[in-house]
Amino acid sequence: MNKSDLMAALKDNSDIGRQEAEKVVNLFFQTIEDALRDGERVEIRGFGSFTVNHYKSYTGRNPKTGEQIRVPSKKLPFFKVGKELKEKVDY
Amino acid sequence: MSFTKAQLVASAMIETGFTRRKSAEVVESLLAILKGALESGEDVLISGFGKFCVNQKQERRGRNPATGDQMMLRPRKVVTFKCAGKLKALLNK
Repeated sequence: MNKSDLMAALKDNSDIGRQEAEKVVNLFFQTIEDALRDGERVEIRGFGSFTVNHYKSYTGRNPKTGEQIRVPSKKLPFFKVGKELKEKVDY
Repeated sequence: MSFTKAQLVASAMIETGFTRRKSAEVVESLLAILKGALESGEDVLISGFGKFCVNQKQERRGRNPATGDQMMLRPRKVVTFKCAGKLKALLNK
């Protein structure tokens, strides 16, 4: 399923227009992105929570050439699956 | 304070002009669709945001970390999230 499938399904399921469905779906992910960018945690009960994890820089190796490289510190989003979704997926 | 569903509903309300009730309904419906897709084993790809994948895990021998007892973990399905390059770039700006 991709974003446009999601929009189409939302339109059919909740009796709203195509444009409104597009707006809501875009807004949903945009809002989560904005919150994460501000370093905020996002929690959606039953679905899961998003947090930003900080990773320190480390010296890695290119596995192909064996060459040492410094991997810079970075931030990555982390999604923890909510209880309800976890149980639903693994029945 | 973390960002929650109530705030999502509120911003949907402002953006679309729906009533609060309608907004809540639509957001719930959106979540239900996402959950339904994952429940049926389907991956959900949101370009620019990331991908929610359903992975099949094999049975393995595990340990209860509190007691040290060995036990078999049954085969199970888990949801993982792989972030898109665009989102990663946004966070590291």
